[in-house]
Amino acid sequence: MALLEVNGLKVHFHTRDGLVKAVDDVSFSVDCGETLAIVGESGSGKSVTCYSLLDLLPKPPAKIEGGTAVFDGIDLLTCDAAQMRRFRSNDIAMIFQDPMTSLNPFITVGEQLIEPLIYNPDKSRRQTRPDARMRAIELLDEVGIIDPEKRFDCYPHEFSGGMRQRVMIAMALINEPRLLICDEPTTALDVTIQAQILALIKTLQQKRNVAVIFISHDLGVVAGIADKVVVMCEGTVRETNDADGIFYRTQDDYTKKLLAAIPEGPKVMQSRAQADSTMIQVSNLKTYFRDHSKASIGAAKNYIKAVDGVSLQIQRGEILGLVGESGSGKSTLGRSILQLAPITEGSVSFDGTELNTLTPKQLVPWRRKMQMIFQDPYASLNPRMTVYETLAEPLLYHGLAHSKNIDQQVQLLMDDVGLARASLRKYPHEFSGGQRQRIAIGRAIATKPELIIADEPVSALDVTIQAQVLDLILNLVERHNLTMLFISHDLSVVRYISDRVVVMNKGVIIECGDTEALWANPQQQYTQQLLKAIPLADPKSERLRMADS
Amino acid sequence: MDSNSLDTMAEKGTSLWEDAWIKLRKNRLALMGLGLLIFLCLVSLLTPWIAPYGYEEQDLLMGATPPSAEHWLGTDVFGRDMLTRIMWGGRVSLMVGFIATAVALAIGVIYGAVAGYVGGRVDAVMMRLVDILYALPFMIFIILLMVVFGRNLLLLFFAIGAVEWLTMARIVRGQVMSLRKQEFVEAAHSLGLSQWIIIRRHIIPNTLGPVIVYTTLTIPSVMLLEAFLSFLGLGIQPPQSSWGLLINYGVETMEEYPWLLIFPGIALSLTLFALNFLGDGLRDALDPRTSKD
Repeated sequence: MALLEVNGLKVHFHTRDGLVKAVDDVSFSVDCGETLAIVGESGSGKSVTCYSLLDLLPKPPAKIEGGTAVFDGIDLLTCDAAQMRRFRSNDIAMIFQDPMTSLNPFITVGEQLIEPLIYNPDKSRRQTRPDARMRAIELLDEVGIIDPEKRFDCYPHEFSGGMRQRVMIAMALINEPRLLICDEPTTALDVTIQAQILALIKTLQQKRNVAVIFISHDLGVVAGIADKVVVMCEGTVRETNDADGIFYRTQDDYTKKLLAAIPEGPKVMQSRAQADSTMIQVSNLKTYFRDHSKASIGAAKNYIKAVDGVSLQIQRGEILGLVGESGSGKSTLGRSILQLAPITEGSVSFDGTELNTLTPKQLVPWRRKMQMIFQDPYASLNPRMTVYETLAEPLLYHGLAHSKNIDQQVQLLMDDVGLARASLRKYPHEFSGGQRQRIAIGRAIATKPELIIADEPVSALDVTIQAQVLDLILNLVERHNLTMLFISHDLSVVRYISDRVVVMNKGVIIECGDTEALWANPQQQYTQQLLKAIPLADPKSERLRMADS
Repeated sequence: MDSNSLDTMAEKGTSLWEDAWIKLRKNRLALMGLGLLIFLCLVSLLTPWIAPYGYEEQDLLMGATPPSAEHWLGTDVFGRDMLTRIMWGGRVSLMVGFIATAVALAIGVIYGAVAGYVGGRVDAVMMRLVDILYALPFMIFIILLMVVFGRNLLLLFFAIGAVEWLTMARIVRGQVMSLRKQEFVEAAHSLGLSQWIIIRRHIIPNTLGPVIVYTTLTIPSVMLLEAFLSFLGLGIQPPQSSWGLLINYGVETMEEYPWLLIFPGIALSLTLFALNFLGDGLRDALDPRTSKD
């Protein structure tokens, strides 16, 4: 008998728009010392499945319609609230996706860590404050927090994202749970930090012999740590197998689709760069921001050097990848080139014209020539404008269409980005993430630009959608003769799409070169680390790498 | 080249407002509120012709009589017909409510949007001005105005509007500051749209929710403010009346002649209900994220 056995779980949501079968007849089991990965795209019901185990779903609208989830002989779905509390505090722990929001910013990290110990519902298991403190410091040390005694009294904002996730892991482990549920624990983290956290979860699990349920949308991430994989789609299980079986002897078509969508390997399309024609010339660009957090009256002004002396060229027709971890200044560099962020020093020229010397009015015709695609398709569209309005606005403003042919122009744009003409009257919230990104791309190409700066355009999307949008971008680049600066933290995506790559860290360029040359032979240590941290959808090599680290 | 063609696009009916109207028509409660408001406004407009008595017509033999067939809502202590006085009072109250709120709305939204959008020093200066006006004791401000300009109804609108816009400006500024950092505003900026068009088309429509709610709360509070000012002798004077004044006098004689308080009170409450239902309906209708049916 396994530690947790879920059988025929059904969770339905009764919403205004009717019944949604979020989880429909899902079964799996996980045993001590075993890692089960639940993989699926957004809306597949993978998170709902796990939330229902801990009774964390909002009821209503959610309702558990059937099934059992037997943990250690007791059904989690029918046990009473007191029993559930005991399970939550002693036996089952959870790590959430976003470490930035899962810690209370007003309480010190240490205080949050010892809460489960000193307020344990089992009075017999409660510990005194000094004991709890000792235990917490031990654990902080174990999850790799340096100088844990001091850090114990720090507030969450004094930790970086990766460190906060380590604290979350420590908090989850503090009561020695037997089952650990990780809900996309590395999705919000940089690739090098992701590799560290994955290795940490793996070692802690082996040492403590706990069962782990690892939820992810990315098959590549789970390849190294999963023993068993459940692939979910639209509330149902598509395939259950051990990791090798899923990756090497794939049965289900949907799993095959997921695996195929992972961007891997070099770019297929020929480079269209025109070697002798420089479009954008960035010289010694510096963009500093005032740091308000440390500013005090009378003190010298503090600056955050987001971009600190960057020089680069973008050739006409090429796709230049810009890679860096969060905080590397890559987005700021993109915005500085577009004159959306104020430049402190240096210059940006477009076909020989120095953009940073122009007045806002003089810039308007240049703005038509360079457009931006943003990361978050949920935030980059005005929620109160229909698609029609969003797409018509740039056309009318720049005089590219007039009131007679505007309808037709907008429809052509919709065709261009692969959206149905019939949905012109809809508002952004009525579309899925991928469709929204298509709208945003449509808006960017509406002005017939020459340069497009794409800031993480596929990071917020599911893998299969990501592949479609990448292909759309490549297609549009070819058809409309675009030049592109493609900013991303995801190296596989950058390799798939760009001709040349620039690696950035802490505001400066570390390395730059043709994509394949750089991949084959990275010169700088930082680049080597980055490349090594890329998760591959290959369990054998991933396991080897984990054993190494 | 630009703003005109953008406006014609809005006229072609893909606009937020058209969709809002379609949604509002399906909201029965909001329609009831709207209907009631229109009814109250019509009655007020037509009062000089349809009122059963003159507003200063006294019948001293009939002083303070309860509702009867002759005087549906009774009479006040001077024997004036209450229905007539409430109808005349509604003219003043509704006018003050709507005009002063419109003034506050116009100034507050534009001022707050500009301050929040431009930010930095401009914002600091603009907001300090708001703070100063906030700090100025309202009574002294009004009395000063009265001393300088004398007493008239227009001044009353101006005075109330001048005070009520402050809160509106603060609410809008807060909203705008968070909107300004959103990517769709940056996208509009990178399209090269002018600042004013960005504020008008991308920022202000997204602040409508709180603004509408606050507006529906402002109208009744403005009506009561008018009563307060009139009570002090700064607003309108008897024998003219307003709902606020009638309620004030009604309170004094509440125990002997309760109808003098109840009926103007009902008139004010009805307006308030109607406004709140309409306001809620409008807020939902103007938010495309609420479902269409």
